[in-house]
This record gives sequence, structure tokens and C-alpha cells, in this order.
Amino acid sequence: MLRAVPLLTALIFLGPIAAGLAGTLLPAFGWLPALGGTAFSLDPWRALLAAPGLGKAVLLTLGTGFAATLLSFGLVVAFCAATQGSPLARRAQAALAPLLATPHAALAIGFAFLVAPSGWIARALSPWATGWERPPDWATVNDPWGIALIVGLTLKEVPYLLLMAFAGLGQVRAAEGMRAAAALGYGPVTGWLKVVLPQLYPQLRLPLYAVLVFSLSVVDVSLILGPGTPPTLSALVLRWFSDRELTQWFPAAAGALLLLLIVLAAILAWRVAERVVASLGRRWIAAGGRGGAGLVLRVGAPTLMAALLVANAASLLVLIAWSFAGPWRFPEALPATFTLATWQAQVQAIATPAATTLTVALATTALAMGLALACLEAEQRHGFRPGQRVLALIWLPLLLPQLAFLFGWQVALVRLDLDGTLGAVVWTHLLFVLPYVFLSLADPWRALDRRYARSAASLGAGPWRVFLAVKCRLLLRPLLVAAAVGFAVSVGLYLPTLFAGAGRVTTLTTEAVTLAAGADRRILGAYATLQALLPMAVYAAAVMLPAWLHRDRRGMRPA
Amino acid sequence: MTLPRRPLLLAALAAPFSAKAQTPGQPLLAAPWDEVLREARGRPMFFNAWGGDDRTNAFIAWAGGRVRDLHGVDVRHVRLRDTAEAVARVIAEKAAGRNAGGSVDMIWINGPNFLAMKEQGLHFGPFVDRLPNARFIDREGKPSTVVDFTVPVEGLAAPWRMAQVAFIADSARVPNPPLSMEALVAWARANPGRTTHPNVRNFMGVTFLKQALYEVAPDPPALLRPVTDETWRPAADALWAWYDRLRPHLWRGGRQFPENGPAQRPLMLDGEIDLFITFNPSEAAVAIANNQLPATARPFVLERGTIGNTSFVSIPYNAANAAGAMVVANFLLSAEAQAHGADPRVLGNPTVLDIAALPEAERARFAALPRSPAILQPEALGRPLQEPHPSWMTRITAEWESRYGR
Repeated sequence: MLRAVPLLTALIFLGPIAAGLAGTLLPAFGWLPALGGTAFSLDPWRALLAAPGLGKAVLLTLGTGFAATLLSFGLVVAFCAATQGSPLARRAQAALAPLLATPHAALAIGFAFLVAPSGWIARALSPWATGWERPPDWATVNDPWGIALIVGLTLKEVPYLLLMAFAGLGQVRAAEGMRAAAALGYGPVTGWLKVVLPQLYPQLRLPLYAVLVFSLSVVDVSLILGPGTPPTLSALVLRWFSDRELTQWFPAAAGALLLLLIVLAAILAWRVAERVVASLGRRWIAAGGRGGAGLVLRVGAPTLMAALLVANAASLLVLIAWSFAGPWRFPEALPATFTLATWQAQVQAIATPAATTLTVALATTALAMGLALACLEAEQRHGFRPGQRVLALIWLPLLLPQLAFLFGWQVALVRLDLDGTLGAVVWTHLLFVLPYVFLSLADPWRALDRRYARSAASLGAGPWRVFLAVKCRLLLRPLLVAAAVGFAVSVGLYLPTLFAGAGRVTTLTTEAVTLAAGADRRILGAYATLQALLPMAVYAAAVMLPAWLHRDRRGMRPA
Repeated sequence: MTLPRRPLLLAALAAPFSAKAQTPGQPLLAAPWDEVLREARGRPMFFNAWGGDDRTNAFIAWAGGRVRDLHGVDVRHVRLRDTAEAVARVIAEKAAGRNAGGSVDMIWINGPNFLAMKEQGLHFGPFVDRLPNARFIDREGKPSTVVDFTVPVEGLAAPWRMAQVAFIADSARVPNPPLSMEALVAWARANPGRTTHPNVRNFMGVTFLKQALYEVAPDPPALLRPVTDETWRPAADALWAWYDRLRPHLWRGGRQFPENGPAQRPLMLDGEIDLFITFNPSEAAVAIANNQLPATARPFVLERGTIGNTSFVSIPYNAANAAGAMVVANFLLSAEAQAHGADPRVLGNPTVLDIAALPEAERARFAALPRSPAILQPEALGRPLQEPHPSWMTRITAEWESRYGR
């Protein structure tokens, strides 16, 4: 039974991706019999290339995707280099974790409320500092260059990369390396860059690729913060997929494939750049420059990081403020009155998507936890140790643009008569939740001292009792954190819900993105607030529950 | 401007008799109303409706609650970003061979979406005359309830709200609003960045251009026929010549647009713009009451008239719950729903019903509605201009996109 689980997991996991990719690839070359496409042709590509705005959309996609990734990576490296060994790093870690739980869409909406010409920042500074009685005619969101989109993505990617970097730093012996570098006279920042970064980078590679892919192919953040004429390629493709003229599906499929090619080319380019930077870096290291105190970076990086944290927190605060706002006109810094009216008026409408969000996220998380634990347990009991290649497969849904296989997967779901059901949405969410759950569980699970299990077994406990009473209990903290991560990922998913839910299954995320097109900010604030608070509450529970359960067991408390 | 209204009107009035069934033999179309009610009870009904306007969303939620209380139908509002999404879904289901048990039960629809479904035989019905409340529809006084964008409805969609283009200006800043699209150019030049129009992919945005087209087109009656290359070119040239003079003076230099009509409200409330287009002459009153527009916002119409149309609900041929959809469509036509929608605190929408034909008690619902200084009375609105044929709309959007969407 347990032996079959890894295979079953692979099927559940890879089936939709294979079906989805095939279902996108064939229409991209004219094959979709249901719509009369019964011969292969290049017409979809011709239609794609003739589409207005395609060139600009591709440039925009590349520009925003690379800029957001480089910016996030640069800031994370600078911050780590500047704070190695200082208490700042630990504090940043504690502050960042809850931000990681915030869905992209909620953060993007809050960020728009913050930086729009009539946003909170402008309100706080007007008219006393700016002289504005009316908002300036500036494009600070949805700007044609995608700057708001880049910053919005960076706000969300930095916490993720930073936590990944902290996790990686635990595996390379950074402190020892730094001591040796200091003894040889290296400045702290230069020493970190020369000694720690080359060891850390391999640990960051896959998360970085995931960030790059996400930034190049994101749809919801692009709809909220990105430009509209033309939008990024992913938003353009989504527009064609929902066109009334189903013939648009052919160029849309070609567009989704183009996006996939762009993403693969981007990863390849990044890989090549890694080599170039590595060889240049080796020369730089070999040259032996000791570097100075690195004061600029040691002051600048933490300042920037603090600004980013403040922007994140303010984006969430402004959502909450709007949801409780009475009349709030420009340039008032705060609403004239606070009221429950919005929540009271929306409670009925918001309850349905909130319940669906909760149901889907709980079901997906439970399934993902079950599968991940069964795989890990099968690995320990039966010695199935997945090779690197197999392990790379689990990153697949995070390394492919969602659009590239979700359309084909939707067609398959229609065939199976499953589209628009909760089951289909849960299954599709599982593709994105399982990798995160598995990756955050695997290390602590494998690292658990085997002697605990052996002692229990020698006392007569069967394998399942060992599993439940020893392993799960000892690893309760990482288990709950993994579950909270899975929950947060599910809550935040936009495209997978849209495609598998066929419009019938709507979550707080799909509703918030729909409302972001122009609804009353107070109502939008209410949806986005709830969307952001749900995963945060679950995360808080995951952190507090073990502490409470283990309140009388000193040995189980974190050091 | 004189338009050939009469032949169209006649065609419209004759329509119910010439209607060809898109779902012939559907037992529901012959069933007595009690049976429809019985079949609808206790089942979910997925109402696919554009979800970009919170006032309308609230109205749909209210209607859903009433129908649940009255008839036990579980109305679920599928909030669309664009109505075309629902049409695409029906077409996709047909392509996949799902001819029953479809996922869309009812669509808020008109114009190109209605025509696309009609041409492909995707509407359930004709069902409108099976609805008990249909006899109060004001077919003569409001011909757009039976002819949608020049296309005879033929009972394939039930009207539920009237729409007419109006503009809203902040009277504190615009004492003398421009009364023609030409005057708008001069006004925008004098007040750069203070007006805009919704994205042209959105129905409100393309309607802004259609409104201008009526004024600048060399041959306005041609708009009521399907567009051809011969009629398109001169009309389009005149339209873009006008638009190129206006665009640089729009909000954000005419390079960025609000996604839809309601997205213009916060822009005016914040003071970014002073003037915008709407499809609801009562929008100012409703929005003022909900703190969504400044109290000085006032509607106005153009001196040569503005485009009017009707919102319908239609039922896809493969709807899983056509009975539920019929029950809701009938409720939307009730005096209760229409009077609620006409309330300037709710939607402030003109009714599709002939109030004079209603029983005394139902008439009273309308008489009891409060009045607001920010509502244009029917006399001020004037007789609406007819919507151009849907093909014009599709063509304008496509060409706008290739001219300005790059």
C-alpha cells in the first residue's frame, strides 16, 4: 500500500501537467478538432505575430520579469552580506515569515492603494508638503513601463528569497568561513561575497528560477499593477483565452507556448550568465582584494530592507483602513469616520467565496500533507530514495508558466466532466501546493534522528505508532509550518482557480482580482483584507499551537 | 438626426410571431408555470453576470435572496470580468459535446454577445412569453426591449434593465458641460487630463466611441445595418480624426484608461477627473447616496441625443437549470424587482415595464420612490438613439486596439 504512494503521487502530479502541455501544444499548431482544427498548420503563429501589441508585450514581459528577479536577488544578497552574524538577520526573519503568507493579489491591491496618485502616500503628504489639492496626473500604477509591476513583484519575492537564503545559510558553514576571511583581513561585505555567496548560491538556484518564472508569467499581479495597452504577454494570452471568438484560442495557445519558450530561454540565459559571473567572480576572488568596511552597503541594504518591510506592512494596513472607511476624500490622510458598514453590506456576498477558499485550501493542504508524508515514510521504510532527477520534477509546476498547461488541463477537465467542480480545483491546486509542502517537510523529516524511531520500535511500537506518536509528534512544528505554507499557497492561487473552477468555483482571490478592475475601494479592501488575513491567521496558529501543546515539555520547545 | 425607426419597430413588434425556436421541443417551453416553479425549486442557478459594478452586484444579491425566499431557487452570481467569458464557455461546451447539464444557467447579455449566441443557435427558447410577468414589458414605448442593437430578440432573452448613455460632471468644477462630442474636444483641450473613457475592450469604452460615431459619421443610418468595408472606412476615418484630436487631452495623456465604467467613480471622487460617461442616467444620484461621488456630481445628456439600450438575461441552450433561470428572469420582470432597481438608493434604473399597464398596487411601488436632484427625468433624457448593429462595435474595438493598443 505505502509502496504505491510515490508512484500514485507522481501520476496525480504529472498527469495534469502532461495532459495540459499536450492540450496547449496541439492547438498552437492548429489541432483542436472540437473547434474544427483538424490539420496541423502555422496559422496560429501567424495570427499571434499579427496581434496588435505583441512585440511590446514580449518586451514588457522580459523587462519586468528580469528586473523584478534581479532586484529581489540583489537586495537579498546585499542584505545577507551586510548583516551576516548580526541580530538584524534574525529579526528580519521573524518579520518576514508572516508576509510570506500574504497572497500576491492582496499585496498588489494594497500596494496600488498606497502608491496611486490618489493613494495613501500622496494623501499623507498633501496638501502640506506637495501643495496638491487634487491628485497629480501621474501614472504611478499601471504605468506603461511596468515599474509598479516590478516593485510590486519585488515586495513579494524578497521575503521568499530571503527565507530561502536563511535556510541555505544554515547548511553552509557561513560563520566559520567569515571568521577565516576576517582573519585574512577581508572586509565583512567583501568576505561574505567571496566566501559565503559561492557556497550559498547553489542552494538558491531553484528558488531563484521559480521567482524568475513567476515574474515572467504572473497574471494576477500584472492585471492589478501592470499596464493595459498592451499588457504583459501572460495577461494578453489570458485575454484571448476568454474571448468570445473561440478561434482566438489558437493564437492564445501559440501565445502560451511562446511564453513557455520565453521562460525556458530566460532560465537558459540566467544559467549562462551564472557561468560568466562565476568565472569573472573567480578571477575577482583570486585577485585577493580585501575590500573596505563596506559601510555604504552595511547601511544601505538594511535601510532598503526596512523600507520594503514598511511598504509591505503599509500595503496591508491600507487595505484594512479602506474596508472600515467611511467617506474618505483626497487629500485627507485618514477617513473622516470609521464604520462597519462595508463589512455589514458585504458579509453575505463575501461568505460564499470565503467558505470556498477555506474548503479548497484545507482539502488541498490535507491531501498534500498526506501524500508528502506517505512518500517520505515510504522512503524511510522501503528505501525509495528519489534521485535528483525525480526531485527536480517536483519543481516542475513552479518552473513552468501556469498558462502553458492550465488551458490544456482545462480542456481535459471538460472531457472528464470535472470542470467547475471543487474536486477539479483541489486537484489543480495540489500541483502547486504539493511542491511547497514536500520541500518544506523533506529536510526536517530526513534530518530527524533515526534512533528515536528505533528506540520506540524496540519498546514494541508498530511502524504506524512510531509514525504518529514519535515522528509526527517530534516534528509537529515543521509539520504545521508546512501545512500553513500549503494553505497560503492555495489561498493565493488565481489562474489555477480560474481555469479549473470554470467560473463556478470562486475564491477570495478570484473575486478580489475581478473587483480590482474598478470596484469601490472599500469593498475591494474588505475582500483583500480577508484574503490576506486568512493565511496569516493559519500561519499564526501553526506557530502557536506547538508552543501551547508543548507548554509542559521543556525538551520540545524551540531552543 | 432622423433614423429609420419605424421599420425596425414594426419588425420588432412582429418578432414574437416569427420567432424560430433555438431549442424546439424543450418540454419546459410548453410546461405550465407551476411546473417550471416546481422544477426550479431547491436547485442552484448560476447567474453569469458582469461583476464590475458593486451596485449591480448588490442588486443581484438582493434578487437572489428574494427568489430564494419566494421559490427556493439557489441563485449563485458568477462574477464575470467580461460577458464574453460566459459566451465562450457555452461555445466551448458545445464544442466538447456537452449539450445538457451546461455550467452556465443564465447570462446578463446584449449586443455582440447576444448576436453571437443567436447566430450559433445557443439560446434556450423563445421563453420570454412563457414568463407570467412578460405581459407588462413596455414593448412599444421601449422598443429596445424587443430589438437589441438592431437584432430582433425573438423572445430569446428577457429584458431587465434600461440603459442610456449620460455624462456625469462635477458641477462645482464644470458649470457649463459640453453638450456634444465636438464640444467635448474643446472642453478637454481647455481642461487637459480632466476626462477619460473606459478601456475600449469594455462595453462602456466602446460605447463612448459609438456615441461619437453617431455625431461624426457621414451616414449615421448606415450604423443600423451590419458594417461593410464600404460603410466602415468613411465612418472610421471620421471617428479616428475626431479621436486623435481628443486623445492627447485625456487623463494620463490618453495612454491609460480605467478598466470599466465604475472605475471612473473613484477618479472623480478623488478629483482626478471632472467628467465621465455612464450608461445609467441615475448613476450620479446612486453614487452620491453611497459616498462614491461628490455631492456636486450631476448628469447631463448631449443635445443631439444619446445611445440607449436594454440589458437582457438569456439562457444557454444547454443550461443545467433552465427552469431556475426562467424563474429568476420572471422575478427580474416583477414590479417588485423593477421598482427596487428604480430606487435611486439602489440602481436608479428606468424600468422596462409599462407602469401604466400594471395593477394599481404595483403602480404604487413606483410612485413611492424618492426623488433626487441628481436624476435626469425622462423628459430631459430625450428619446434614446438606437444602438448600432453589433458588428460596428466589434470592428471599432478591433481597430482601436490595432491603432492605439500597440
